[in-house]
Amino acid sequence: MTLRTILLGAVSALAFSGAASAETLTIATVNNGDMIRMQKLTDDFKAKNPGIDLEWVTLEENVLRQRVTTDIATKSGQYDVMTIGIYETPIWGKQGWLAPLDKLTSDAKYDANDLLPPIRSGLTVDGKLYAAPFYGESSMVMYRKDLFDKAGLKMPDAPTWDFIADAARKITDKGSETYGICLRGKAGWGENMAFLTATANSFGARWFDENWKPQFDQPEWKNTLEFYVKLMKDAGPPGASSNGFNENLALFQTGKCGMWIDATVAASFVTNPKESKVADQVGFALAPDNGLGKRGNWLWSWNLAIPAGSKKVEAAEKFIAWATSKDYLNLVAEKEGWANVPPGTRTSLYQNPEYQKAAAFAKMTLDSINAADPKKPTVKPVPYEGVQYVAIPEFQGIGTAVGQQFSAALAGQVSVDQALKNAQQLTEREMAKAGYPKK
Amino acid sequence: MATTHTRSAARLMMAPSVILLFAWMIVPLGMTIYFSFLRYNLLMPGMEEFTGFLNYQFFLSDPAFFAALTNTLLLVLGVLLITVIGGIAFALLLDQPMFGQGIVRILVIAPFFVMPTVSALVWKNMFMNPVNGLFAWIARSLGFAPIDFLATIPLLSVIIIVAWQWLPFATLIMLTALQSLDEEQKEAAEMDGAGFVSRFIYIVLPHMARAMTVVILIETIFLLSVFAEILVTTNGGPGTESTNLTYLVYAQALLQFDIGGASAGGIVAVILANIVAIFLVRLIGKNLEA
Repeated sequence: MTLRTILLGAVSALAFSGAASAETLTIATVNNGDMIRMQKLTDDFKAKNPGIDLEWVTLEENVLRQRVTTDIATKSGQYDVMTIGIYETPIWGKQGWLAPLDKLTSDAKYDANDLLPPIRSGLTVDGKLYAAPFYGESSMVMYRKDLFDKAGLKMPDAPTWDFIADAARKITDKGSETYGICLRGKAGWGENMAFLTATANSFGARWFDENWKPQFDQPEWKNTLEFYVKLMKDAGPPGASSNGFNENLALFQTGKCGMWIDATVAASFVTNPKESKVADQVGFALAPDNGLGKRGNWLWSWNLAIPAGSKKVEAAEKFIAWATSKDYLNLVAEKEGWANVPPGTRTSLYQNPEYQKAAAFAKMTLDSINAADPKKPTVKPVPYEGVQYVAIPEFQGIGTAVGQQFSAALAGQVSVDQALKNAQQLTEREMAKAGYPKK
Repeated sequence: MATTHTRSAARLMMAPSVILLFAWMIVPLGMTIYFSFLRYNLLMPGMEEFTGFLNYQFFLSDPAFFAALTNTLLLVLGVLLITVIGGIAFALLLDQPMFGQGIVRILVIAPFFVMPTVSALVWKNMFMNPVNGLFAWIARSLGFAPIDFLATIPLLSVIIIVAWQWLPFATLIMLTALQSLDEEQKEAAEMDGAGFVSRFIYIVLPHMARAMTVVILIETIFLLSVFAEILVTTNGGPGTESTNLTYLVYAQALLQFDIGGASAGGIVAVILANIVAIFLVRLIGKNLEA
């Protein structure tokens, strides 16, 4: 009797749960502030789309990249929606790993034409959009107005590297733990190499010449790296070779950096009085240049995409439309204030007077994004696309290995010349192994 | 007395588990060997082709390979040195009658229960951080410039972290060996006029030889494949200063997505580990036979 009741109960429970959860989307994403916020707001999505349940897999950037890449490359289909970068999207799109988002581009309410052109073009292959941008960013200078005033300096809107270096040295006061400039030093193609590649562009350097020959033996790279290592030695914080975005953010928020050149998306964190000790003293300027026609700023976006062959394309599209829509921006603004809206994806946001008023960094962010040109990133011609990366599959590996060398140079373990020699050698090796130049 | 029948019956019944265990090892190993001869990059599907020993050639000629090899050996030797000597010292101390002995013993053993990633994170952010870390604070309050551990002495820092975790294990084994030592023997020596040092060298140390062998053998096996501590603290850097073989293979497989190259590296690591194992068993494994 009791056994029968239990069995019956179990069976009906099974049947019931089967009926209730029609579809569950598994979403892989990064543990960045804006994505965590999205996770908290999913009740809104569920209310609008009954029958779709969401399951989140939130990972640190490097881990996410490994998981998502192995998942899609081995076609194991663990995730229905993936958060991927603007680097991966065109490569994967070309390989047929992603489902094109035709429905979104043709949906008038979604208004794909509102997406910022540099970002949209970075996510498009052969006229098809393969991922929708969740937030976009460039890089810029964030600086402390109070320290600049004290040193009698004035930050121009478009500074040069000479000015930045000079100011950084003047502001530095190691006794009181105030360091003139904080820059990325942690090895990784998305960490120090993002910053250094973008900086190298403004020094006239490039990764490869037109025949895919690595260029680390050229004077432009030597100038870049020497400048960077020397500046960090004079005016950077100790331990810089293990500082990435998050470490520098913490240093800046606790008032230990005079300047920080990094992602524009950091602006809302450093100006948020709840998180930052120096919130009311932060100013913004374009990333520096050397008068060669290219500025040292990059272009990046985190995007949502659907793996090709997914059986839940329709539900996944609904979710992506929700998370990257204008309504979502309004939703965040209503709950958390306009300054915390995911930036850098929609033109309409930058025309919104309320946003302009709440976010002091809005104009500089937009100018920085528009100043980046992934199709023509360097002073001299190159066979690749991408501002702070090279859009070929081999780049992740090479970029990280070169990043290791440059981080060693920053730590003083090897000389600048040796680091460049090693970088040149290992890049040549890997490119030879991969069979470049390809026609 | 087993008859032929019962023996074959036993074999038959054991067969499934033996086959399962065998397959468990052979299948992955076989696949690794197979992959190591392929050009196989996860990011370039459909490009797989047989390339002979190309992957091995690239792996063995990689400048990072020699760095990784020396780092692996230095890491094992360094941690063994610290844990064996420290283990004996701690064991001698803990063997003394003292107030609160139980609590002290638990405290000494505690690090063994901390997960490697957690301890590495704690060491990295709370102790070794050159701006906010404890060591930096101590150095500054004494008027010295703080040391940037993970950038200037990365391998030594990793050795310290790993040794901290393995010290309790060594202490525990040494302590049990010490406690099994016959008190009367020591007393007899003492009556014959032997001082503390000679008692230690001629009685205690030989008695602990077997325990030391166990510690060295077990730790070597685990230390050859230290990974989490390196990933969390230095990421193998700066440069290749703290890259060991395991980390190098990881970098090939999951940073470059080069499965062929990583498999070749894995096979090379397996061969090298076996050489070390044979060497160890021959050299000090004898202690276990007596």
